[in-house]
Parts: sequence; C-alpha cells; structure tokens
Amino acid sequence: MMERRLWREASFDLTGKILRINWLYVLLLCALAGVGYTALFSAAGGSVEPYAGRHLVRFCIGLIMMLGIALIDIRVIQRLSWVAYAGGIGLLVLVMRMGHMGKGAQRWIELGGLQLQPSELMKIALVLALASWFHKATWERIGNPLFLIPAIVAILLPVGLILKEPNLGTAAITGIVGTVVMFAAGVRWWKFALVVLPIPFAAKFAYEHLHDYQRARIDTFLHPENDPLGAGYNILQSKIALGSGGMWGKGYLQGTQGHLDFLPEKQTDFIYTMIGEEFGWVGAIAVLGLLALIVLGGMLIALRCRNQYGRLVALGISFNFFMYVFVNIAMVMGAIPVGGVPLPMVSHGGSAMLTVMLGFGILMSVHVHRDTEFESANDDR
Amino acid sequence: MRRDTRRTGVFTRRALLVMGGQVAVLGGLAARLYQVQVVEGTHFETLANENRISARMIAPPRGRILDRFGVPVAGSRINWRALLISEQATDVKATLDAFSRIVPLTDYERARIDREIHKHRHFIPVMVREFLSWQDMAAIEVNAPDLPGILVDVGTSRIYPYADHLSHVVGYVAPPNEADVADDPVLALPGLRIGRAGMEKYHDLALRGRPGAVQLEVNAVGRVIRELDRTEGVQGDDVGLTIDAGLQEMVVAKLGDESASAVVMDCRNGEVLAMATNPSFDPTVFNAGVSQAQWLEWTRDRRTPLINKATSGLYAPGSTFKMAVALAGLESKAISPSDRIPCPGYLDLGDTRFHCWSKGGHGSLDLRGGLKNSCDVYFYEAARRTGIDKVAAMANRMGLGTELELDLPGQRIGLIPTREWRMAQGKAWNIGDTIVSGIGQGYIQVTPLQLATYCSRIASGRMVQPHLTRSLGGVLQPGVQPEDWPTIDLPDKYLHAVREGMWAVVNEAGGTATGAKLPDTKVQLAGKTGSAQVRRVSRELRESGTFDSSKLPWEYRPHALFVCFAPYDAPRYAVAVVIEHGNAGAAAAAPLARDIMADTLQRDPANRTEPPGAKLADATK
Repeated sequence: MMERRLWREASFDLTGKILRINWLYVLLLCALAGVGYTALFSAAGGSVEPYAGRHLVRFCIGLIMMLGIALIDIRVIQRLSWVAYAGGIGLLVLVMRMGHMGKGAQRWIELGGLQLQPSELMKIALVLALASWFHKATWERIGNPLFLIPAIVAILLPVGLILKEPNLGTAAITGIVGTVVMFAAGVRWWKFALVVLPIPFAAKFAYEHLHDYQRARIDTFLHPENDPLGAGYNILQSKIALGSGGMWGKGYLQGTQGHLDFLPEKQTDFIYTMIGEEFGWVGAIAVLGLLALIVLGGMLIALRCRNQYGRLVALGISFNFFMYVFVNIAMVMGAIPVGGVPLPMVSHGGSAMLTVMLGFGILMSVHVHRDTEFESANDDR
Repeated sequence: MRRDTRRTGVFTRRALLVMGGQVAVLGGLAARLYQVQVVEGTHFETLANENRISARMIAPPRGRILDRFGVPVAGSRINWRALLISEQATDVKATLDAFSRIVPLTDYERARIDREIHKHRHFIPVMVREFLSWQDMAAIEVNAPDLPGILVDVGTSRIYPYADHLSHVVGYVAPPNEADVADDPVLALPGLRIGRAGMEKYHDLALRGRPGAVQLEVNAVGRVIRELDRTEGVQGDDVGLTIDAGLQEMVVAKLGDESASAVVMDCRNGEVLAMATNPSFDPTVFNAGVSQAQWLEWTRDRRTPLINKATSGLYAPGSTFKMAVALAGLESKAISPSDRIPCPGYLDLGDTRFHCWSKGGHGSLDLRGGLKNSCDVYFYEAARRTGIDKVAAMANRMGLGTELELDLPGQRIGLIPTREWRMAQGKAWNIGDTIVSGIGQGYIQVTPLQLATYCSRIASGRMVQPHLTRSLGGVLQPGVQPEDWPTIDLPDKYLHAVREGMWAVVNEAGGTATGAKLPDTKVQLAGKTGSAQVRRVSRELRESGTFDSSKLPWEYRPHALFVCFAPYDAPRYAVAVVIEHGNAGAAAAAPLARDIMADTLQRDPANRTEPPGAKLADATK
C-alpha cells in the first residue's frame, strides 16, 4: 500500500521534482568536470585523446545517472540503505577473492566491462546505512551506548575489509566519514574522546604491522629528500611542478614538469599538480574554491533538509567528497603520504567519476525531497 | 508526531562545526599552496629547470700542427661512423645482419653492440662501426631502406700526414682516461682526445680549443625534446713548428735502418729544423687504441722505437766533448791556443797509463792540432790542468748535461760529473776520472739535442735554446731573431780557436773527418767526430793489436757521433748525429752528417718562407 502511494506521488510530481533540483549545484559540478576536461586535454599533450574526450562522455553518462537518481524518492533510497550496505560488503568480499591486482593491492573487479572499486561504493553505502540507523533514533536513544554498537560494527566491518585489500588510505577515509556521520547524528562528545585518545598508540601499533610498501610511503613522506629517485620521486617532482608554477603559472600546455614526464601519473593522482603548474597559485586556488563551493553546497543541502535521514546522507556524501579533495591535494603538495586517491571529477578514471556522481545523485535526491515526510514518528518539523 | 528539536539543533550545530573545520582545512591547503608556489616558487623553478634543461658540451675541433711553412703535420680528418638507434629498428638483429652484408661485423663487435644496446635507453645511438671508408659509407646510405635504425654520422679523428717521420716531435693523442676526466670534466665529451706525447701534449690546452655548449630540453627519461640554445665551440689554435717537414723526411731517409738520431738546428736562434729518431712508430694507431701485439713489438725492440733518442737517448759524447774541455781550459788560462802538449801515445798518471787512440802518439800538438787529430793525450792533459769542476761548468754552459728550455715533454738531462756529485754518492773524485772526462767518457752522458745545442752555441756564440714552437695561433713566438738570444760570455778568440780546430778536422789534410767535406767547395763545414765506448776495453785486449770494435756484437759496439756546423765563415746550421753502436764517428756518423748538412744548405729553410718547390707546384696547378 505504501509503495503505491510513493509511486503515485513520484509520477504526479515529476515536473515539480525537476524544478526542485538544485541546478546551481549541477552547474558547479559541470564547471568542475570542465576543469577536468581542460586539465586532461593538457595531460594528453594538447589532445582530446585519450583522456579528455572519454572524461566528457563519462561525465555526460554520470550526469544523466545523477539526475535520474535525484528523482528517486528519498524514502525508497532509505529503504534500500541496508541492501546497498550488504551489496557493498558482498563486493568487498568478492574483490578479495577475485580482484585484479593494482599497485600491489587487490582493489578492482571487472563488472560488465566496467572497472569497479567496491571500496568507493562502500563509503556511500555506509553513509546510507548509518543515516538509516540514526534517522529514527531519538536524542535519548543515541545516548545509549548499546544502541551505538551496531553502528560501530557497521563502520568497522568495511574498514577492516578495505584494510585487508590492502588500501590504508581508503580505509582511513571510510572510518573518518562514518565517524563524522555518527558525530552529526548526535553521539556524545566524550565518546569520541574515548576513540580519539588511543589513536597515537593505535598508530604506533599499526605502523609496526603495516606492509613494507606502506611503511616506505610513510617514511618517504616524512623524509622525501632521503630517496629523491626512488620512493620520494613522485612527491618531490610534484612539489617541484607546483612550486615552479609560481603565482601565475607557466601557461596552459606549457608545464615543463608535466609535459616532459617528470610528473608521474599526471592524468590521475597528480592532475591537481598539473593545474597548479600551468595556472599557478591563482589557478590552483580557483579550482580549490570551486571544490570548496561543492563541499559547502552539499553541507547547505544537509542543513536545509527537513528529515534526519536526508540530513545525515547529505552530510556524509559531502564529507566524503571533502575527504577526496583534502587527501588528494594534501598528497600532491607532500603534506600527507601518497595514497592513490584521485581528485574526483577531474582525474582520469571512469569508476571514481561514476561513484562520485552516484553520490551526488543521492545528494540531489535529498535536496529534491528536502521537505518529504517520513512515516516514522520522529520527523522533526 | 513528536518533533525531536534537540536532535535537529545538535545536528545543525555540529554540521556548522564540520563546515568550519572543512573551511579551516581547505584554507590551510590554500596557505600551504601559497608557501610552495609563491614563497618557495623561485627555488622550485630552479629545480624544474635543472630537471628539464640538460646542458651538453660540444667537442671543439682540435687545432692543427703545422711545419714552419704551414704544411700540416697533424690534422683532423672526417671520420664516418655508423650508429644504431635501436628503437628505430623494427628488428635490431635483422638490421645488423643486413649491415653485416655491407660491412662485415665480427662476432666480437656484435656482442659489444648488443651489450651497449641493453645498457642504454633505446633512443641513445650506439656505435656500430667507425672509420668507415667513403665507399662503405655510400653503400650504407644507398641501402638505408634495408637498415632501419642505422644512422651515419660524421666525427673527426686525428691524422698525421708525416706518419712515423715526425712521431716523436708531434706526439700523439689518445682518449682521456678516468683521471684526466676527474681533473677536467670537459674531457668526458665523446670524441675528445688528449695529447699524450710530443707537441700534442705540450700544447694540449691550446690545441684543444674551447668547447661549445648546447642547452637541450629533455624529458624525464632523457630524450631530447628540443634545442634551447647553442654556442659553437672555438677550434683549438694551430701550432706552428720550427720543423721543416720536407727536411725532416730527408733526414729520416738518410738515417735508414740505423738505430740513430739526428738533429738539425738553426744555430743562430735555436730553431730545431729537423729532429729525427729511428726507428719510429705511426702515431695514428693511438687514435683507435694500440693492440697488445703491437705494444709488445715496440717495447721488446732493442732499438727502442717509442723513445725519442734525440731528447731522451743518453750517450757518452766521446771526442765531441773535447771542444768543451778546450773552452774550459782557455777560459781558465790552463791552456792557450798555441801551447803545445806532447803526445807519446799515452799519459802516465801514478801507476795508471791512459792511452791515446793513436798507438804511436801524435807528437807535440797545439789546440788546433789536438782537435784536428782528436788527440786523447792533449785533452787528458788539458782536463788535468783545468780541473773537472771548470770543465763541467763549461759543458753545462754550452748546453751539455743540463736542462734545456725545450718545449717538448720528456727530455732527459744527462750528466756532467763534478766532485760534488761524486761526493754526494759517498765516493771520492779520482784524478783518473778527470782524465777520462777530458775525452768525453766516464760518467758523462748527453743527448743528441744537447750536442746540437752545444755545437750551435760554439758556432754562433749565442746562448740559443733549442725550441720547436715557432708560432701559436698564427702569432710568431719570441726567439726567431738571433738578437733574442744573449751572446756567450767568452772572448771570441777562444770560440774562434775551437771553430778553427773543428774546421781542420774536416778541411785539413790529416783531419779525422776529411771525408765529411761538403761537395760544394765554396761552402765549408766544420765538425768533430766522436766514438763513445759502451764497454770498457781492457788494456791487454787493446795492446794485443788485434782489437777491432766492429767485430763486437752489435750492442757492445761504440756509438758513433758527429757534430758540425756550416757554413764555416757565417755559421747558420748545426747538425748532430748519433748512431747507436755505429762503431766509429768518422766512418759512420760524419758522412751522414755531411749529407744532412748538404741537404739543409740546399733547402736553406731558415731563409725561406715557403718550402722549396712550392712555387713550382702552384704554377702547375
């Protein structure tokens, strides 16, 4: 009976829904994809092939997908939250069994010709599941530690699986995103203190149990000058590229570090470096500003939403995007260890772009359905 | 529906807190970017340029070495080289097989090429074969479609048109070794050669020139993207020698198969017109490297082809030393030109008897007679009267046993013994040592070049120094004019007396070298013979009357020496000839020196600006 009502509402209100899409936000995303197109055109040495053209096609597919998801009723998404979570866990298990090796880790699986990185999907599924868990809970209920245990398990299960791939960076991001969602849901401050305080000890313990390549990354991060031609090469060359861009940059298609191949993986992880080299600090700040607008825009969508589920989902997805941005940019300027995290919507790579666009589709659905009432008794009006 | 406003309020607050955190973090990133890009920008810009700009030097063409008339005796020749860029070859093996059908490659070469290909990145050219003939080069060019990846390029290699005739003067070049490169990184340039001997070594820096530089933009793997800047190198200076290459050839031809050395000098200014050493070697072989077999052959040859005998061969001067004894005696008034000394055929000193070469003795002789007959007893007595230290000082003054200001590396100093020298050895000087020194035997050792210098100084009365560099980079060097050289601080009458004695040796009946008279009777030659024993001959043997040094094994025969100058009335040229184990100076060295002097006088290089015959050659063109 409820399904029928939802379906009716959805079909009746299609025009209204399209009008309620935050088109300004879509425009920001288009601008970011445009930045990606421009940078990838340069990364290919001034050619549409092989990166920029495909990037555009993927963005168009992703945009249609995003708008399609935006029209799905938020309540349907909420009901599918735990299904998505279970699916994500299933894929993580699958990737462990038959995943493709990439850079010493099993991260990818082929799904219908598309390379899929389940850990990326998992972060969104985790946000949905946590939002679903907390959206019905009262303030008092959240104060009950027993109520929090399933949520903590829901975070630690995928974090553990991603750590086993092994993918330290994504595991950390997943854990942080889950924690931030719990924080926004109203979990008490002191409980976070309980988690945060042991972190230095946990870090020491983790460092001793890391893979050699991960430890090497941390060591080179701390002392990149010790190994300028080996593991420190990427960070050093990236810093040289950024720094030599100066205030105004070397000019479009004029970046020597990028075009002479000193800059490694310039079309993926180090695309931001390339922008910084060719457009200087001014260009880098402009792109950073655009990314900030997208992050904060998502947070505003969360604040504007009138149901707890939508708020938590929007916050979680925005925060996930923020983590991408922070990790990637901090990485290219040598502020944190290199972690194989792309700059979403700018870096070359279909899987990451589609995952991010999927998240923005859900974010947009939150916005379209910002005033939708859930049948639960706990809606806050 | 109960509204959980508390929960909403908490969410709003915490969401705003998160946003604040995000803004702070992104602001931190922006600040860090400002630090890296703007504050440290110049530092990183330098690093980026160091990354992309590869400065390479271009080897400058080496300067030439010319003879006194501008005839090249060392130059550079085009060296066709076949290189292989393996990434341009679809199949390296097929390309090399095809190349082998045109220019056969040995298995050893193939192995080397394979090794180099694996060692370098695939766009770096690898040498397949150098010193290709023009025909081979043309065949490779024609077959280029079958030889993908093969590239013909032009380098230079050193060539010596006078090959082994001048090798000891000109020297040779060879690829620099690691120690050289450590001293001067420029030498690491491919194709650059370093002077290893002779004038190539002495004037190496001037000949090398200044390297050019090219700034290339390279990518991360070192591939050249484009040329940013180029400064051409400056070719090395040409070195003009005092040598007359034509005369040198004639002198070498005259020496024939003897292990011998001859020096022709302009006695007025010390210019070395010819400096020949036999046997010799072809310096061109050092360009590509010397084979072990060749090296062994050279080092085992007892005629020492690798040693420049003119500057490094040490010989007892024998009777050619007698002029130095005479001058020392005259200057110290121990003898006078007219003093007569009786020669009974020997000189007894204590219980030792020193023999004259003439068993019957020469009777009573003055200085002129002493020199003319090369009487040993006269000079035993002269040396005894003068004392060894004054004889040695005079010999040194005349250029014997002393370091010459020679612009050629590797000269040996030789030895004129003194009491002090003997004492430094911990031995006492015996009067007998003075006696044998009087006839240029004993400890005395000199080089042929010193003999030529000595003869020049006697002839011209000037303190000339032998030298080989006439011009550098087209600029005439000082020392061309006789006035550039100071006169010897000796009364001319003494020099004249000695010259007169030398004249009598050749031109007066009974002289020891009358066979050395020039064919042209208008020009007279003055000289002195010498035979230097290399082994002490016992008295019994000598007195047995059957001793004949020419019957000795080659390496025990005396060296034959002759020094001379001409024309007698206006000395211009001095010649010194040493024939190793040539037996007698008069028989072996004097005729040779006469022929060399005759050729020299005929060519008269000191009074010409062009080699003889050049005008004729120009006219027939």
